[in-house]
Amino acid sequence: MSSTVNVRLNVNGTEHELDVEPRLLLVHALRDKLGLTGTHVGCDTSNCGACTVHMDGEAVKSCTILAVQADGAEITTIEGLGTEENLHPMQEAFWNNHGLQCGYCTPGMIMSASALLARNPHPTEEEVRHGLEGNLCRCTGYHNIVKSVLDAAEKSSGVGA
Amino acid sequence: MSATGQAPAGHVGRALRRKEDPRLITGRGSYVDDINLVGQLWAAWVRSSEAHAKIVSIDTSAAKARKGVHAVYTHADLDMEAGLPMAWVPPGVEVKTPPHWVLADGEVKHVGDPVALIIGSDRYAVVDAMQDVIVEYDPLPVVTDPEKALEPGSPLVHESLGTNKVCDWSLGGGDLEAGFAEADVIVERRVVNHRIAGAAIEPRGVLAEYRGGKLTVWSSTQVPHFLRLFLAMLLGISEERVRVIAPEVGGAFGSKLQIYAEEVGCAWASRKLGRPVKWIETRSEGMMVTHHGRDQIDYVRVGAKRDGTITAWHTKIIADLGAYQMLLTPMIPPLSAFVMCGVYKTPAVHTDVVNVMTNKFPTDAIRGAGRPEATHLIEVVMEQLATELGMDSLELRRKNFIPPFSNGHETPIGIAYDSGNYDAALDKMLEHIDPAAVRREAEGLRSRGVYRGIGFSTYTEICGNAPSRIVGPGGFGLQGGGWESATVRVHASGSATLYTGTSPHGQGHETGFAQIVADRLGIDPSQVEVIHGDTQTGPFGLDTYGSRSLAVGGEAAARTANKVAAKARAIVAHQLEADPDDIELHDGKFSVRGSPDKGMTLAEVAGAAYVPENLPEGMEPGLDEQSFYDPENFVFPFGAHACVVDVDVETGKVEVVRYVAVDDCGPAINPLLIDGQVHGGITHGLGQALFEQIHYNDDGQLVTGTFVDYALPTAAELPSYELDRTETPSPVNSLGVKGVGEAGTIASSAAVTNAVIDALRPLGVNYINMPLTPMRIWEAINQGQGASPEGGPHS
Repeated sequence: MSSTVNVRLNVNGTEHELDVEPRLLLVHALRDKLGLTGTHVGCDTSNCGACTVHMDGEAVKSCTILAVQADGAEITTIEGLGTEENLHPMQEAFWNNHGLQCGYCTPGMIMSASALLARNPHPTEEEVRHGLEGNLCRCTGYHNIVKSVLDAAEKSSGVGA
Repeated sequence: MSATGQAPAGHVGRALRRKEDPRLITGRGSYVDDINLVGQLWAAWVRSSEAHAKIVSIDTSAAKARKGVHAVYTHADLDMEAGLPMAWVPPGVEVKTPPHWVLADGEVKHVGDPVALIIGSDRYAVVDAMQDVIVEYDPLPVVTDPEKALEPGSPLVHESLGTNKVCDWSLGGGDLEAGFAEADVIVERRVVNHRIAGAAIEPRGVLAEYRGGKLTVWSSTQVPHFLRLFLAMLLGISEERVRVIAPEVGGAFGSKLQIYAEEVGCAWASRKLGRPVKWIETRSEGMMVTHHGRDQIDYVRVGAKRDGTITAWHTKIIADLGAYQMLLTPMIPPLSAFVMCGVYKTPAVHTDVVNVMTNKFPTDAIRGAGRPEATHLIEVVMEQLATELGMDSLELRRKNFIPPFSNGHETPIGIAYDSGNYDAALDKMLEHIDPAAVRREAEGLRSRGVYRGIGFSTYTEICGNAPSRIVGPGGFGLQGGGWESATVRVHASGSATLYTGTSPHGQGHETGFAQIVADRLGIDPSQVEVIHGDTQTGPFGLDTYGSRSLAVGGEAAARTANKVAAKARAIVAHQLEADPDDIELHDGKFSVRGSPDKGMTLAEVAGAAYVPENLPEGMEPGLDEQSFYDPENFVFPFGAHACVVDVDVETGKVEVVRYVAVDDCGPAINPLLIDGQVHGGITHGLGQALFEQIHYNDDGQLVTGTFVDYALPTAAELPSYELDRTETPSPVNSLGVKGVGEAGTIASSAAVTNAVIDALRPLGVNYINMPLTPMRIWEAINQGQGASPEGGPHS
């Protein structure tokens, strides 16, 4: 328990070198070691998706990955996706469409949704609904989340992003 | 006040994007677990694995010896004179209330009952130490069924009380006996409204710091003001030295309307150790020890004449309260009785509540709190009655609707509704969905093995807690009412801060309340900062629950802004040598009527107020006002919902095909926020009806203890909703508004249940209780086989 392992993580474009317990979850490394508290924890069983980040471009649940497993990976968290001054189109779409209420599931939801559009830039409503199956929201009934993702997809086609 | 008569123009009514969102969509929100203090320790709770047992011994020595552990406490260490509070008691009856300690005293009463509190250096260390605490239990008999708990000889949850019955309580009016005597038809149903969880996605969490004689507690709570009061009382700290902050709160749905053991225990431990103490709930803990809701068995008996006129309605509620009574526990089932008239002019309505204890975690308020249970049974039984009478269920409803009213309708049970137009809501719903067309589609689909059904729910509910004169000692005899406070502080440069006593957790008050204030002061909502959830910054408040924030807190904000505007007009009139009554707010300026160019902006007024060189004689400097608003009555939103489902009769799976909701919560402050509340509300009711259940087995073990077993609806299981509104102003407040946070939940479980029953009727299934899981539906179909005029599913 006391032995630590050295891991290197590139998080939001910045290189970090950390000495971590082998059992440390990636989400705790991000939150407690790097102070990136935008990534949330909502369950113990990988059901809720509040902890979703991008690892080497793929949406992953950071509560289900050990920090040591992410050694050498490039991680993007919600803080790296966009800022208040320079929002990512998915963040903008969630704001425009009232795609959030309490905001707790939102970072994970936005990370999953942006990865979904990267895989499938023009999804149907059905595809969006199935694509977000791994992220739970208790406030919105998903109605405006789905609307946000479809809106982001439509807008990005004009921008070509 | 003259400002009240001035029609606010501008931002109210507009679908403004939320002011809250930029920080939340970029991960810059600050929830309890995002806050850390220097010297902070962590807490973990060793919890009972038994549903009912004597604690023979607790050995904490190995845990205490473990590296990183600072302390391990059991009940014997607690120097607290009282346990967790129960604050809302059904009036006029004896209520049996067991003690409820922060750590169990000698016996455990449900799985998860805390037996030891571990304090250590980090979140992993305290969890490691949990396995070192050895608790020896001597199991006692368990009761989990509330009807069995009432039988003689049942195991007793609390032996010392001599019974599992907490209390009987009744509310009614009209001549029930005469009503049933006149009835041509009587329908009786046993309606089970099963136990559910609030399941906010942010688990609960507490960070407590006792330092320099002052206690500061950050908690994921809906009720920071209540929490401060009870922490002060339980810990013996004078209230002015206790500060509670509800930072960003990640959803609550009633489940954080509570005074929890973990909040009191962490504060206590922080004082004991002189270090900040933090606890963050795991989801498995949350399912076990964050209060549950519903759990009623309702025996419904309704009488009607052949033409559909309802003559009498009786309900007996057997409510399973679990093992202890928490903040509002015993008063939640009685809230069902308050709305048991529904939208109907039934002359005799009577409800008998029996509150019962079992070896489960306590129930308390979960989204709707008593009103979803009432609406579910009313609306499901209405469709049962329609079938019995051979009438169309919407015709039956219309026949019994209370006719439109704009300023008061007395129900037989002593509750006066504020305003309603139930026909209009139903008419509007029928503009969106044609039941006859759905039924024609259903005919066609059935030949292909798809069973489509349509169901409805027309509801009203009681919210806007709470008018003191109605609920208090002069009325129903409850403890206190539910006024709300607001302070509006205009800054020297002309922007404003609103301090509200409400405590939102996702509803969007920072936007909606800013719209209300901005219009009254002639500034932009972006210039109004709304501060909430911190007992140190504003006046005492009564927090957020029961769809009260806008109708009570929003009205308080409006009234306070009107006071500020009145003072502004007096200052402007003085400076411009005009009559204050001639000053009007126009295009962001307080100007003289008829001379719009002659006027002052709020910034200019604030300058004059804070540099008081030329104020009216006797006027105090400053531009800062406060109000406490106690409403005259509750408010009663209403609406009409329709649900269409397809049932796969091979698997029993239900697919919600369409959901149409027309809701009336008075004039919209921000339609975007209303729609959002309705979307989430509908989903909570659909979730209960189709997927969710807190299930204990006969041994009192929680079977649905994680999100793997407790099935929250996902995006893939739901359709997009079709919403519309009617706007019937409430006469109770100047905004005309009613609450909307719970309305969707209150309406939707009945609509979907009725739709499923409608789909299954050709298979001989005439009634089925929630949760409408595939297994339960499959069983109902297969039991119904043969009774159906069309034969079974395979014919």
